[in-house]
Amino acid sequence: MKVKNEKEISNTKEILYFTFKNKKMIIGMCLFLFFLLLGVFGPYLTQYGPMDYAGPGYHPPSSEYWLGTTFFGQDVFSQLVHGLRSSFGVGLLGGTIATLIGLSVGFFAGYKGGVVDEILMMVTNVMMVIPTIALMIVFAAYLPYRGVTIQAVIIGCTAWPWTARAVRSQTFSLKQRNFVSLARITGVKTIKIISGEIAPNMLSYVFMVYILQFGGSILAAVTLDFIGLGPTMGISLGLMLENAVLWNAIQLGMWWWIIPPGLAITLIVGGLYFMNTGLDEIFNPKLREM
Amino acid sequence: MLEATNLTKEFKVGSFGRGVFKAVNKASFKIDNKDIVSLIGESGSGKTTIGRMILKLTQISGGQIKYNGKDVSDIKNKNLKEYYRKVQGVFQDPFSTFNPIFKADRIFKMVKNEFYPALSNKEWEKKLDDSLKSVGLNPKEVLNKYPHQLSGGQLQRFLIARALLIDVELLIADEIISMLDASTRIDVLNLLAMLKEKGLSVLFITHDLSLGYYISNKAIILYRGVIVEMGPTDKVFFNPVHSYTQSLLDSVPRLDMKWDEIPKRKKTYTDIVSYIPGMSKRELKMTEIEENHFVAIE
Repeated sequence: MKVKNEKEISNTKEILYFTFKNKKMIIGMCLFLFFLLLGVFGPYLTQYGPMDYAGPGYHPPSSEYWLGTTFFGQDVFSQLVHGLRSSFGVGLLGGTIATLIGLSVGFFAGYKGGVVDEILMMVTNVMMVIPTIALMIVFAAYLPYRGVTIQAVIIGCTAWPWTARAVRSQTFSLKQRNFVSLARITGVKTIKIISGEIAPNMLSYVFMVYILQFGGSILAAVTLDFIGLGPTMGISLGLMLENAVLWNAIQLGMWWWIIPPGLAITLIVGGLYFMNTGLDEIFNPKLREM
Repeated sequence: MLEATNLTKEFKVGSFGRGVFKAVNKASFKIDNKDIVSLIGESGSGKTTIGRMILKLTQISGGQIKYNGKDVSDIKNKNLKEYYRKVQGVFQDPFSTFNPIFKADRIFKMVKNEFYPALSNKEWEKKLDDSLKSVGLNPKEVLNKYPHQLSGGQLQRFLIARALLIDVELLIADEIISMLDASTRIDVLNLLAMLKEKGLSVLFITHDLSLGYYISNKAIILYRGVIVEMGPTDKVFFNPVHSYTQSLLDSVPRLDMKWDEIPKRKKTYTDIVSYIPGMSKRELKMTEIEENHFVAIE
């Protein structure tokens, strides 16, 4: 047993080594971690609540109001860090739900094939054509108030179909590879073949899916917020943008109101995409430099 | 040892699976102890499908396979594992037989986990070393490497070593040397012949007649999913009866003759063997032309 453990450790070490050697991965991770930390600890750095009328309106950045104030005198920095929290929340919950549903449907349909595949793909195709916005409008009409959680759940439950389709076709092609046949004639069980042979080959893809779903959920939430279907209580990056545009921040030259949320969204999603491309190089030994 | 009776594989084709394509059509053959049987046929003739059916990787549509007298057509779980202890396969493309994410020696670990969970590491390492040495590999050189760091020949030997670890009785070798270059090719062939001396039976699937002749003592000629001729290699190769076998043998370029020097073959049984499988609905029967030499005749 001892020998086996040593080998496994060296494998983990190897992956860590290539992770910290990969520039794309490091850039992406730094961007992501910066905003994550800002979202987690930022609210403790400010004495104002996000919706409090903290001081004079239309105030440019100063030592007291780090990112200035809105038209009504709310602290932009406080709004930004609280907005980051809710955006990461949506990304985490929506991305996780979409990835989990997509992966299970994809693996199951792809490996089983036949009737199981037909039925699951029919459901997938139906889900694919239901737009998040339409569903959100319906919910907006019925719910007394909308929170970040329900928004994330709806985004997650409508975003999985393309993941399922992609995972299914990948599984289809992988299960016909000889190494799956070899595992089968070694007597390995089906579940173990999926988790031990097929899934590791898609590990970078699974990570990629998660990262894309994470970013996609954030973007979807921003879209919904921006057109007025966001949470009725609290603040988010999308709501900040909505308010800024609604009160003519650009025309009034209030760049400190509109640039921070937009930049944060762009950098978070951009950082996630950077991580995504880096991951492929880390997990695929073929792409590494010898 | 292994006996296949009326082995059939049908695939549904066309929209809504209306059409049926018979990849293998009522193939019956036997593999005895210490036999090296070469299964020869062109691309799409059903050779690989037969191999995969014996390895239980493809479901059988009809007929049955008996191993040591026991029907193995529908075995599952525990019985299937016992079957895999005796019957193993080596596949055509060594590169795709290894999971590219893991190191190549993982295939041995899998064997240990599934078949020898109780063996101590020391005993196992010795067993592994012996098995690698017996296929002409230096364990220190080849272990702990990724598949793309090893050559095709080394990978193919890995797979044979893997099969030897399980103490197999029958090895299904599916075009195992078509991806190798000429010099490694003969090494792997000689290795198979050597293993035969140790009591291993091999089903050698190939499209290359000279390789089939070189190594096997029995030959099965497959055409469009139908066995058209089978028997001892000498008889099939030097007294081919079916017109397909004849044309197949004529199509091998010879080392000692130019194409225009080759004498025309005297067609012997052509009057009784005009059947082309798939073109006619008539039933055909395997007929014993001479001792142990069977030909499909309608």
